[in-house]
Amino acid sequence: MSFMLGITPWPVASALLWIILFVAALYLIRGTAHKTLEAAARGLHRGFRVASRAVSRSGKSLAARNRDVLLAAGREAKERIIEREFDRINETVRKDLANYSALHRSLSESIGRIEKDHQDAVDVPPDPPGWVKAVEAVAEIDSREGRVKVGNILSDIHKSLLKAHKDAMTAYHEASAKRHKLLRQMRPEWRKIQQTLAQVGKNVDSLLSRSVTIDRLMQEYEDIVRGHNRAVSVLSSSSLVNFFVSAFVLVIAIGGATINFSLIARPMAEMVGGTSLIGNFRTADIAALVIILVEISMGLFLMESLRITRLFPVIGALPDKTRVRMVWITFSILFLLASVEAGLAYMREVLLHDELATSALLRGDVGATATGEYLWITTAAQMGMGFILPFALTFVAIPLETFVHSLRTVVGLIAISMLRVLSLVLRLAGNVFLYLGVLLKQVYDIPLFVPLWLEERIAAAGAGASRDHSPVRTE
Amino acid sequence: MMRNAIVIVFCAMLLSCTSDRPNNTGVYMLLDTSGTYAEELTKAEQIIRYTLSRLDATDSFAVARIDTGSFSEKDIVAKASFDDRPSAVNRQKRLFAQQVSDFVDNADPSPYTDITGGLLQAVEFLNEKDTGHKTILIFSDLKEDLEEGYVRDIDIELEGFDVIALNVTKLRSDNIDPREYLGRLKEWQGRVEKTGGQWRVINDLDGLDGLL
Repeated sequence: MSFMLGITPWPVASALLWIILFVAALYLIRGTAHKTLEAAARGLHRGFRVASRAVSRSGKSLAARNRDVLLAAGREAKERIIEREFDRINETVRKDLANYSALHRSLSESIGRIEKDHQDAVDVPPDPPGWVKAVEAVAEIDSREGRVKVGNILSDIHKSLLKAHKDAMTAYHEASAKRHKLLRQMRPEWRKIQQTLAQVGKNVDSLLSRSVTIDRLMQEYEDIVRGHNRAVSVLSSSSLVNFFVSAFVLVIAIGGATINFSLIARPMAEMVGGTSLIGNFRTADIAALVIILVEISMGLFLMESLRITRLFPVIGALPDKTRVRMVWITFSILFLLASVEAGLAYMREVLLHDELATSALLRGDVGATATGEYLWITTAAQMGMGFILPFALTFVAIPLETFVHSLRTVVGLIAISMLRVLSLVLRLAGNVFLYLGVLLKQVYDIPLFVPLWLEERIAAAGAGASRDHSPVRTE
Repeated sequence: MMRNAIVIVFCAMLLSCTSDRPNNTGVYMLLDTSGTYAEELTKAEQIIRYTLSRLDATDSFAVARIDTGSFSEKDIVAKASFDDRPSAVNRQKRLFAQQVSDFVDNADPSPYTDITGGLLQAVEFLNEKDTGHKTILIFSDLKEDLEEGYVRDIDIELEGFDVIALNVTKLRSDNIDPREYLGRLKEWQGRVEKTGGQWRVINDLDGLDGLL
């Protein structure tokens, strides 16, 4: 510094001289410096723009892939739902059609019986003969004309006829009663027909409503196959919902598994030792964890074998006989493990009491070792939990499947968002560098304001002189 | 191939975490049964029970009396290396407590006090058990009184040992000249720390929380 200020006897003059030299140097290389700054700024700008475009393209391709995955998953899910609907229709039709002949026969028989009863009901006895009135008229004439003998005969005939009429009326009443009886007998048949027809109507309605559902599902399926944006949007939102719901259920399941673990970890120390370690973990804890994981695996296989979930296509593709065999095998293993867990839960309680008794003895508090009257309740509850929890954990397979399927989409969505943000950041950075170049050029010119002002003045003067010397253009 | 590599790496990481050093505890307790100190044995029984409650599977514990010649296995009142299984540990603890209780009920006072011999026996026992943490509890007034002919002027290798003096009572002569008491404590501390041991004194038996 002292050297710099010592080039002249006066430091201020030295400093001024240095400034003038520095400014002159800057002025001389101004053009090159500006070009360098501009080139650097443009280079960075282009680099970031290219990177931004690349990231944006990656985001788009990921979005397209995510869309394909979403559509494929939606298509598969919809196919399953439609397949199940068709299965249900098939089941309904099979059941109804199987019973249709019996139903038809039952209806025909009922109708035949009604027809017969109706026929029987319409057969009425003949009316009393019409000439009774004529005989009555003759009998009246006879008594008027005094023909006694004839009158007697006619009177006998009259009596006979009256008797016959009375008999006919009695027969008629009996026949009417019989008809009424027959009509009464028809009532249950009618009722039966009504019920049968109502059942048929219900089945037909059920089929109709299912067919409406299938129509709707088919429409959605077609939308998915055609890749409509609406379908993608619906699938995307339902995927997010599925993700959160299944994650929530899985958290609950993890809670269940933790309780299960605490039930069996302690007694497991009796089997594998309480102090041996694998890595930094107790062997007993690892053994308990392995049992729970095996139970969950068995649960998964059971669900797969029952075709409730489809995580392992190999199991789903097995022949039915093998699959059913697998159902029984996995269920048996699960049952055995649940029984083992119940036993371990019981053992845990025994160990706990043993430990409490020992602690009480060591404390000299012998009275505390007495067992409670209702202690069997906790023992039974622990055993019950130990037995039930493995089966409850079986159902983890369902949310797990949903979680795995929706996770793909959700991770894709998150990655797309991140790529979009990164693209934006890169683009902004590119622009920042571009304008930074312009700014730096302006900053570079700040110390050069004197020569630049002079240059401007000289240029203006030169421009004025050339204007003065230039020939005046006339019309 | 890749999956196998991951499994191998995982196993290697798991094994690398395993420590070769045992993590169990070995405790050897010396009970002074000389003269009037024998009356303090009921307190010792409480300490033993407390110690038992703090010990766990694979730990070792032994209780030995200090008498005329304590460098002997015959002076061990009760000893146990606890099993790996919790139920067995509980059984062992109960049996141990019973043995100690029987000893306390029937202990005879000894005419001499060979603390150094007992300490040697304790070191031998704990080294043999090769436990991770080694603790020697000395329940005594620390007044050594050797029978003629017994040679105990030897250095005991106590590197890695915690030696804790419990219930160091003051003798009548200590009351007359407290320097005797302080001198005893200082002498034992010097002997223990000279060979790398850690020395502590706990006289307040209500505050045994930091014992192990």
